Amino acid sequence: MLSSHGEIRSFGDEKYKVVGTRPIRHDGTDKVTGRAVYGGDTRLPGMLYGQVLRSPHAHARIRSIDSSKAEALDGVKSVVTAADLPPTASDEMVDLGEGPARVKFMRDNILATDKVLYRGHAVAGVAATSPHIADEALSLIEVDYEVLPPVVTVLEAMKEGAPLIHEDLTTMELGEDTDKNSNIASHMQHTLGDVEQAMAGAHLTAEFEVHTSSVHQGYIEPQNATAFWNQDGMLTIWTSTQGAFTAQRQLGAILGVPVARIKVVPQEIGGGFGGKIPVYLEPVASLLSRQTGHPVKLIMSRADVFEATGPTPGSYIRVTMGVDSSGKLVAAEAYIAFEAGGYPGSPVFAAAMCVFACYDIPNCLVDFYDVVVNKPRSFAYRAPGSTHVAFAVEKVMDELAAKLGVDALELRIQNAATEGMRRSDGIVYPRIGCKECLEVARDHDHFKTPLEGPNRGRGVAVGYWFNIGFKSSVTASVNNDGSVNLVEGSTDIGGTRTSIAMQFAETLGLAAEDINPSVGDTSAIGYTDVTGGSRVTYATGWAAYEAAQDVKAQMLKRVAMVWEVEDDEVEFDDGVFRHKTDASKSLNFKELAAKLDDTGGPVVGNGSVDPAAGVGGSFCVNIVDLEVDPETGKVDILRFTAIQDAGKAIHPSYVEGQMQGGSVQGIGWGLNEEYFFTDEGRMANSSFLDYRIPTTLDLPMIDTVIVEVPNPGHPFGVRGVGEASIAPPPAAIACAIKNAVGAQLCVLPMRPDRILAALDEAGDRVSVAAG
Amino acid sequence: MIERTLGDMGKIHVQCVINGDEKEFLCEARESLLEVLREGLGFTGTKEGCNDGNCGACSVTLDGVLVDSCLVLAVEVQGREITTVEGLAIADGLHPLQQKFLEHASLQCGICTPGFLVASKALLDQNPDPTEHQVRHWLAGNLCRCTGYDKIVRAVLDAAETVRS
Repeated sequence: MLSSHGEIRSFGDEKYKVVGTRPIRHDGTDKVTGRAVYGGDTRLPGMLYGQVLRSPHAHARIRSIDSSKAEALDGVKSVVTAADLPPTASDEMVDLGEGPARVKFMRDNILATDKVLYRGHAVAGVAATSPHIADEALSLIEVDYEVLPPVVTVLEAMKEGAPLIHEDLTTMELGEDTDKNSNIASHMQHTLGDVEQAMAGAHLTAEFEVHTSSVHQGYIEPQNATAFWNQDGMLTIWTSTQGAFTAQRQLGAILGVPVARIKVVPQEIGGGFGGKIPVYLEPVASLLSRQTGHPVKLIMSRADVFEATGPTPGSYIRVTMGVDSSGKLVAAEAYIAFEAGGYPGSPVFAAAMCVFACYDIPNCLVDFYDVVVNKPRSFAYRAPGSTHVAFAVEKVMDELAAKLGVDALELRIQNAATEGMRRSDGIVYPRIGCKECLEVARDHDHFKTPLEGPNRGRGVAVGYWFNIGFKSSVTASVNNDGSVNLVEGSTDIGGTRTSIAMQFAETLGLAAEDINPSVGDTSAIGYTDVTGGSRVTYATGWAAYEAAQDVKAQMLKRVAMVWEVEDDEVEFDDGVFRHKTDASKSLNFKELAAKLDDTGGPVVGNGSVDPAAGVGGSFCVNIVDLEVDPETGKVDILRFTAIQDAGKAIHPSYVEGQMQGGSVQGIGWGLNEEYFFTDEGRMANSSFLDYRIPTTLDLPMIDTVIVEVPNPGHPFGVRGVGEASIAPPPAAIACAIKNAVGAQLCVLPMRPDRILAALDEAGDRVSVAAG
Repeated sequence: MIERTLGDMGKIHVQCVINGDEKEFLCEARESLLEVLREGLGFTGTKEGCNDGNCGACSVTLDGVLVDSCLVLAVEVQGREITTVEGLAIADGLHPLQQKFLEHASLQCGICTPGFLVASKALLDQNPDPTEHQVRHWLAGNLCRCTGYDKIVRAVLDAAETVRS
């Protein structure tokens, strides 16, 4: 069992034997000894190495590509471009499990056709006998570009007369095609009640306007792919992916190959946070393998990861909220514009779902825009969109509390979302734990301990993620020693083999150590959606529960066979099969497992789920204490507490880990992290030196409280916990800075120069420094 | 000075000791120690995160000194001794650092783990009783994006106690 430092506050009364304990993860030894095989560790006989040529321009038309010199270089085996991909109809769509995607855009993002839309956009791929030769070959490929003016910020891109990124993109206005060429891919709206009237009648209102920069998921393992396109037409891909089946579908659509001809073998994955859902290198590796007849491995450089893989969007957000004289929120309005990157599809829809999700507000209006800019195609990053909007909304809540003269946490508790409330996007909440998390925060030692000292401040904020259900599959094979081999379809990005196995073990009265969980490839397990949306412990855990029920039902029949009784005379309780009336007859799971060979052979159980409703969202509250250096603008985090509703924590250590990891990503987003662009639209800081994610030295311990408000939509009450924790930190930090030194920060990240400027604006920099 | 032209197949012979065993390999002058360890010799426990010395995933020790193997040319290790993550486990089981990383759930995806383990061992070899701040200072060259470092720092402090006793 693992050591425990975090607190748990449970609002449920279920008692479990395995669920809620802290066994050592099944894949742990392989990962501390270096034996675990990650995507980049793939080594195959005859393997070639590939590299990708990328656009040096943010926006340009490709006039021609001449690869003849590269192909003539010794050791170069193949060069591919978009011309090697099959043509795609402009309106062809593919369903990737998280909604339909336009194949043309996916394909053009893999290898640019007529235009490059961001610096780093892939233009050609090379396979050679060594990565260095492939690299040399890149410099021999001649691309003739017609450089076009770039547009890299959302408000610029929305202006009339802005350079058009796609000549054929027309704005979808509230679901209707306007036929108007624009960088605005879509404008959507959520409405609830009558916001205009309610806002006019409000006792007080507050408005806040924010800008946020592009930030990267920042996983430590770069994207990689190894492909072998066999002479029989079967394509096998070894890769670090958040979803083997989703990768398979993308590949099928991009390469024009039936998914039955593609096997994706998910290797261990070194982080993803949403960024390893899309494929990038896999189709290029596939083409290179088909042309050479060899396996081909590609690994991105760190600069390529920054410049060519999905950051989360930069954004512009404006939020106005109004309260009555009692402090009850009566109206809220939001304008949200997201940078989709080179192709439409930013997570602005998710942002609109999250924006007012923490509060009970009867009148809401949310306008939201998906806008293309000359940046890499944005992709999901942990609670995509929620962090952006929490920054704006939570600052407004603090302003309202200040104007009302009430405690900002109490105002949040007063207005907290609860069961039965209708959200602005129409969702009616089931049982949720928003208010419980806020109340736990209020009662926490951290909140009750006075913060003393100059330039120090405390901030509180709450954030939300809705979580997704989707499809998962698990297969369980009972061994004759009573252990069980569990194959599951979710790639394990943070210890989920164990949280899935624990739910299986709990159901059958086994120990976590009796289960041997592994992640199957696309030919070894049923369809399973991505490791994302905080869904794996929830949905794949549920599939494991169903597989255990299947095993139980089959085992029960074997018991009846052994005892020569009817099936319904046997019951199963706490790991033991018993005769309902004859107390002398009992067999535990292991004893029965030893008899399987003589009673009909192997028992294999299956579970598959597709939970549509009852997924249950998760709320996370932060309390942060910090100190601002008024001379330099540097912020030091002194104490940080994350309080999150897990429904039921299957493995509390890994729940804490999700909370701590998300918190620190949020801290980095709040204080340090951003893409810097030159006037030409080139990222100027594409390394871990210049794009600075938090290090050990930047942080205190991250304290956690797991709140357990059981989710009625899951056998063990689970709510996914992977994402909500990233939403509140920037907001909590901004509120704390305001409380510390009076500086009003409305741009992320809140870097030192911005803090100094805000102090100047507050007009009290000298007095604060003196104080 | 070693000069080579494009396509030159000439390679350099290097002898060294890796995890206590004598090894020899042929490499190009431009190949890093990281490349040779991973692609040439199969020590894939040493990870590549950035290839420019900023993430620490490729940490190894060279004659006992902690280095980023992506910043060492393979030809530089002639006659020298390298320890990788594969060399940490001791005869009767895991090194206390490895055990404590498991017990504290100090890894999520695990890609940074080998680098953290090698770096932490280098710390404990020279300071078996570090403070939390000393651990944080020493490990600031190793990036982890999953954990927020809390459980890593606790594991190193706990392992130090085991190593001392």
